[in-house]
Amino acid sequence: MTHLILATLLTVMTAATPLLLAATGELVAERSGVLNLGVEGMMVVGAVTAFIGAQWSGSPYVGALFGIAAGAVFSLAFAFLTLTLVANQVATGLSLTILGLGLSGMIGNGYVGTPGIEMNAVAIPGLADIPVIGTLLFRHDVIFYVSILLVVGVHWFLFHTRAGLQLRSIGDNHVSAHALGMPVLRVRYLAVMFGGACAGLAGAQLSLVYTPQWTENMTAGRGWIALALVVFGSWRPVRVLIGAYLFGAVSIGAFNAQAFGVAIPSQFLSSLPYLATVVVLVLISQNRRLTLMNTPACLGRPFVPDR
Amino acid sequence: MKKLLFALTAALGVALAAQASAADKVKACFVYVGAHNDGGYSEAHEKGRLYLQKELGDKVETQYVENVAEGPDSARVLTQLAQSGCNIIFATSFGYMDSVIKVAKQFPNVKFEHATGFKIAPNVTTYNARFYEGRYILGRIAAKMSKVHEVGYVASFPIPEVVMGINSFMLGAQSIDPNFKIKIIWVNSWFDPGKEADAAKTLFDQGVDIIAQHTDSPAPLQIAEKRGKLGFGQSSDMIKFAPHAQLTSILDNWGPYYVERVKALLDGTWKSQQSWEGLKQKVLLMAPYTNMPADVKQMAEATQKKIEDGFNPFTGPIDRQDGSVWLKKGEVAKDSTLLGMNFYIKGVDSQLPK
Repeated sequence: MTHLILATLLTVMTAATPLLLAATGELVAERSGVLNLGVEGMMVVGAVTAFIGAQWSGSPYVGALFGIAAGAVFSLAFAFLTLTLVANQVATGLSLTILGLGLSGMIGNGYVGTPGIEMNAVAIPGLADIPVIGTLLFRHDVIFYVSILLVVGVHWFLFHTRAGLQLRSIGDNHVSAHALGMPVLRVRYLAVMFGGACAGLAGAQLSLVYTPQWTENMTAGRGWIALALVVFGSWRPVRVLIGAYLFGAVSIGAFNAQAFGVAIPSQFLSSLPYLATVVVLVLISQNRRLTLMNTPACLGRPFVPDR
Repeated sequence: MKKLLFALTAALGVALAAQASAADKVKACFVYVGAHNDGGYSEAHEKGRLYLQKELGDKVETQYVENVAEGPDSARVLTQLAQSGCNIIFATSFGYMDSVIKVAKQFPNVKFEHATGFKIAPNVTTYNARFYEGRYILGRIAAKMSKVHEVGYVASFPIPEVVMGINSFMLGAQSIDPNFKIKIIWVNSWFDPGKEADAAKTLFDQGVDIIAQHTDSPAPLQIAEKRGKLGFGQSSDMIKFAPHAQLTSILDNWGPYYVERVKALLDGTWKSQQSWEGLKQKVLLMAPYTNMPADVKQMAEATQKKIEDGFNPFTGPIDRQDGSVWLKKGEVAKDSTLLGMNFYIKGVDSQLPK
């Protein structure tokens, strides 16, 4: 029984990591006031680039760096269109997703059916030998460790540094921030690219750790779940982490229930994670004060600096 | 304007008819739902097209259109192909069904062949493969190879094709080990590597040592390989993804069927029919039997031979899950029952999602 619980928890962690990475990146972009609906597109471009990078170099780590770079570069297109040319963020984000899905299919055409190079787990010396906790937390792939450090880092950055405060104030009121001399567009460019890099790494996790292969549309909607998780976590990194793991736990729990032969319709079990998300969103929005306090006030609004 | 259009269409029809009756050369066109090199379903049809071209040489001209979405857009593509002089059009995905019937009415001189559908017309034929024959062999192998007497099954949607596969698999397994068990996880997707991998992990976590799948990605096999367990491929040979885990795989092989139908058109013997062929006609093949002892391999080959010689896995006595009699001793299931199958046979413990 202990073995089963432990094994299930490990499966949950692998399933939650790409969601966590992409959601944390998007959180930073949204905190700066930019709504980028292109997470799915950036993720899938990251997945294909990471896969090809790993094939080309023979190292999954080089592959992951390729994925990060590709996500960041791809998001730059979004940033240029919405920030410099002031295009509509929702429309641009959606087209970024569509473009990403098409582009990745084209780039990865020759790699379908090729086994990937897997990123293996790295045990952390000393800590990995602690019973139960060692297996649970310290025998993972590097991307898992990065995802946890990322949450801690982003939390610290947003709420405990001056730069983080600037980023949040730009997201809440870009006019005042601009008047105070803050570089609104530069910060937003960087925030969007950070989001792209995180989505790219999430894609790399898919094609190098989760399922080491490349197939068209392999993200299968995970980018959209990541977007929902940002709202679910009310724009706070630690809550996003809880949300991602909860989502993973409900998905894997539903599979376990099926395999145990629990007599609940599988269609219902499959929709459980989404139902849970909706329920939590409803509960959160009940508390208007809390929602207003955490929602970036300028989210999705264009900003044209007056000279 | 309408008259002019009518005259044009009529002229085109006459021209096509003239071309068809000459029949010393045929243009065969293919419509794929995915890319021609998708590594799975559409690629299997593409291989069939290449085989057709090679076998019939200059008697046939072939053309394909790929990535054609199911639904209304397929009607546009089909119309275009019919107008451009295709004599026979192979529409290779289930969701083209209504478009095929609609367009076929407008082009009575063009022959249409629709894969996996069930609507026919004087110039529309359906064709499918008896994949359940292969699954019977998988079941027998699993019963021999599993040390825990249980298989994990990653399933897509509870439609007759998949339910039929599970039942056939279990009939095979029960013929070796009457108490063989199955754990089923429905992922409600044909293709989601992540979910398929999660399902496979969950099944292994719960203690099975072999998995079978009725979803399309090699992800479950990759998990089997990583965990040092066993599994079966799907649609294509996935041995590259799991050199130590894949026992065999059911392969689609449409080439011989395409040759047969185009030949019939050349000879003027083409007739509307509902074709559902299997191992015997080599519409499906088994990948090499690997990672198993010699006696199991022999058993698998013997089973395959037996099916090729005419044995139907759905031969009674077979009881339904609730214990009621479905087929009496020696009775063989009707194709129509199989194609609408919505119940488990005895020995499958879980409940069929409705």
